[in-house]
Amino acid sequence: MNCKCKKCGASFTTKLALTLYSFFSLCCINSFAQNCNNKLSIQILDLHDGTPLENATVQTNGLKGTTDFDGNLTFENLCEDSYVLTISHEDCESLVETIDIKKDTFRKIRLEHHLNELEEIMVISNNRNNSRTLFENKISKEVLDDYNSRTLGEVLKTVTGVSSLNSGSYLSKPVINGLHSSRVILINNGVRLEDQEWGIEHAPSIDINSIDKISIIKGASALKYAGDAVGGVIIAESSREKLLDTVYGNATTNLQSNGRAGGISTNFTKTNSNGWYYRLQGTLKRMGDFETPEYVMTNTGFSEYNLSFKAGLNRIDHGFDIYYSLFSNRLGILRSSHAHTAIDIINAIENDIPHIIEDFSYDINIPRQKISHNLLKLKGFKNFDFGKLSMRYDFQSNDRKEYDIRRGDRTRPALDLNLQTHSIAFDLESKFENNSNLKAGISARYQKNFPDPATGVKRIIPDYKKYDFSLYSVYDTNFSENWFLEAGIRYDFSHIDAYKYYRTSLWEARNYDELFPEFVVEDLGLNTLTNPKFDFHNISSNLGARYSISESENIFINYSMSSRKPNPSELFSEGLHHSSARIEIGDLSFNSEVGHNFSLTYDSSNEKSSLTVNAFANIVDDFIYMIPVDLLPTIAGVFPYWEYKQEDAKLFGFDVKYDRQYFTNFFVGHQFSIIKGYERANNKPLINMPPVNIKNQISYNFPELNNLNFSLESEYVFKQNEYPNNNFEVFIPTEQTYQLLDTSTPPDAYHLLNFASSIGFKAENGGNYKINLRIENLFNKLYKNYLNRLRYFTHEMGRNILLSVSYNY
Amino acid sequence: MKLLKYALLAIPFLYFSCDDDDAPEEINEEEVITTMTVTLVNHQDGSDVVTMQTQDLDGDGPDEPVVTVSGPLSSGTSYSGSIVWLNEMEDPAENITEEIVEEDDEHQVFFSASGVSMQFVYMDFDGNGNPLGTQFVLAPLTTGEGSVVITLIHEPDKPNDDTLNTAGGSIDIQTAFPVTVE
Repeated sequence: MNCKCKKCGASFTTKLALTLYSFFSLCCINSFAQNCNNKLSIQILDLHDGTPLENATVQTNGLKGTTDFDGNLTFENLCEDSYVLTISHEDCESLVETIDIKKDTFRKIRLEHHLNELEEIMVISNNRNNSRTLFENKISKEVLDDYNSRTLGEVLKTVTGVSSLNSGSYLSKPVINGLHSSRVILINNGVRLEDQEWGIEHAPSIDINSIDKISIIKGASALKYAGDAVGGVIIAESSREKLLDTVYGNATTNLQSNGRAGGISTNFTKTNSNGWYYRLQGTLKRMGDFETPEYVMTNTGFSEYNLSFKAGLNRIDHGFDIYYSLFSNRLGILRSSHAHTAIDIINAIENDIPHIIEDFSYDINIPRQKISHNLLKLKGFKNFDFGKLSMRYDFQSNDRKEYDIRRGDRTRPALDLNLQTHSIAFDLESKFENNSNLKAGISARYQKNFPDPATGVKRIIPDYKKYDFSLYSVYDTNFSENWFLEAGIRYDFSHIDAYKYYRTSLWEARNYDELFPEFVVEDLGLNTLTNPKFDFHNISSNLGARYSISESENIFINYSMSSRKPNPSELFSEGLHHSSARIEIGDLSFNSEVGHNFSLTYDSSNEKSSLTVNAFANIVDDFIYMIPVDLLPTIAGVFPYWEYKQEDAKLFGFDVKYDRQYFTNFFVGHQFSIIKGYERANNKPLINMPPVNIKNQISYNFPELNNLNFSLESEYVFKQNEYPNNNFEVFIPTEQTYQLLDTSTPPDAYHLLNFASSIGFKAENGGNYKINLRIENLFNKLYKNYLNRLRYFTHEMGRNILLSVSYNY
Repeated sequence: MKLLKYALLAIPFLYFSCDDDDAPEEINEEEVITTMTVTLVNHQDGSDVVTMQTQDLDGDGPDEPVVTVSGPLSSGTSYSGSIVWLNEMEDPAENITEEIVEEDDEHQVFFSASGVSMQFVYMDFDGNGNPLGTQFVLAPLTTGEGSVVITLIHEPDKPNDDTLNTAGGSIDIQTAFPVTVE
């Protein structure tokens, strides 16, 4: 209330000044007046939603009037002249507008709300959902703060039904309802992340410290961004800037015992009430080797540095921003995970602990990955009578270098990919009077992949250029008091133009010489140069409803069809994949995979408790996945020979999340999730399905003691009992016997306990400190994780004590 | 109009993405070993030379390696053995042996026989005095049919007991040559 009075005072002074100004200017101009029979009609509208403003006062040269219910006002008998109008409204900032009158004139004038009300609108839009009928899981800034030394994959695991597929301790990628990689789309600040996401050992290039909010849409595409999210969409955003003259920011430092290092992160935002702002953010992280309870995981350290910059103008009716971010890391891969042949893997599994264990070190040696991701975005929007029109251009450059153990003094990477993506998009959002919304858009994208031939290693992914074009439209409406309906459709066109050297022997063995003779450019003997070109036309759609039982109780029903074109790995793989010690073969004849996802969610929340139950069935036609078909002898020995196949699949499952407050400060939380996936034809289980897991949490809060909080989390992960048997008997020539290559059997169930505590202090200058202590794997349990690709070589991390101190101002 | 201005701003970015349409260069696959040739010279009769070869010209392609052994071995004598590794994907073929000898501390060849009894003796050693195995002596102890298994390990644990059980590292080459000892 105080604030409001201050505002009134300020606006009164402005009003006075404006009136004086208009008085003087008019008295000078008036002396030239001649014809005085003109009419001026004015309509005063709310600037952000276009609604007419009643009771707005307009003054000019002694004339004064008030707008009617429709915001209209007319002045008569005006001379041919310039008039300076002073327009004021109790909810709005006053405005001075000059109008030249030569004949009868009609003008629409838009007024801007008081800043503090705008601030509320901003807050509401910050919490806005991407859809009114799709249930979104959200990760708040508080949770992100608690996980600020981790990866995106780790923090997403806090959401029921989301797990992560790891390659070692730090490299993790999100799995939504059992699906991952190209089936999970990541949107970073409105830009679809293009970072070689097809690779299961490629982690998303996003710094969680640059994000304030994450929304997860399971099993459906957010059609505005993509139509191919068969698994789901992860939308990461930074919050909108305040419309105040202020500076705010944060500095965080964290340390952890496992890895024996930590990181620092800071951000700084300067905003102005006139809408201009800028924001700077940076993160540095450094870790040494991680440790299991019994041994050091040699060469698992990493270093990471990220920075981002954003600046722009934020007005209610128009605005623009420029955003740049750099994500850059160097990531050690467990030294012992370098296996060459099937026999090496058999030996590693027999060994139980890694073959190479050295003393703890901060060194990041070979094998390692070095990734840098640049993102530049320019965005502008303007409100018109018909809605909000926005335009976006973005450029991404992803550079991935993978260094492997090589012979000779070769220090060059074994894989060196550069992926550049340009995209441009226009979006329109219109609100209608019956509380319905229409969103529509058009976008185009150009992408170029360049695998550097200087590696001296056959390219895993070929040179290609990709051209995308898409259109979408989503309409939602408040059908009745309790029913919200939404329907959307999206069309995607893709043209791929690739150049690839195929082994001539493979080209012929796969019958490509007869199927695709038009692709052949030149037969060079050992290799054949080809120029495969593909067009894909995909339709995706979404049909959803929300039934609002009460304000705090909702039921969401959704059907979503997603169409995903095969990714470069699925099309073009043809040879030894060193990091998995197997030969992987793609298929040029694949068509798009189409997922039909049905989901039903019940959500209720009140002051004391919240409950979310979500069930889904995902029927995927032409699901693309790999199966082992044979062992292939090579000069190095035998390799499992895996081929991508296209078969129909089905996935279903449900998850439950229940939080409840007992007494005043005691909280209990439960999460449960189960996911099953099978091939439809023969009910064979799909690989890498997350096992059933149960999480329970109790916490106690002391508000009077600086919000001191203690909590204990228990996580029980069952053994995955449904998995495809991809084991092989491998002939061991030295012993003249067969030995089982068992890469299928999942590890045992495990139970982990974590402890967390936090406390906050107010600083004298108005800022606040927060101290967080977390102990993960409290009892230092030795275990293996089914969803870790390196589980044949190593156990998981042992106890980890994390301490973070953050200062907000 | 502002939007138009923003659109104009984006044009230079779109421009530099248009480039030539040339096919990429063919990669010279440097580290691949396509061929291992083992030459065995009879100590008692220098004209008795047995050659064992495995050759896989398409590397990890679908064609299987071709394994040949030129003739039978004789018992009651010993053979002086030497191994040459080639990368025949390159033209002219690259001799990988030189690289392996240069990095002798990061390599070791392991020998074993099955079906017939044989003795193997290392004749070359790395800078630390640990065996390498590009030069060796093979002595058949019994007659019959069996196989000689030759394995090249990259980054083995050295020293070891000269068997694969303690070798560690990863397998670069492993071939079982079918042999007859008369």
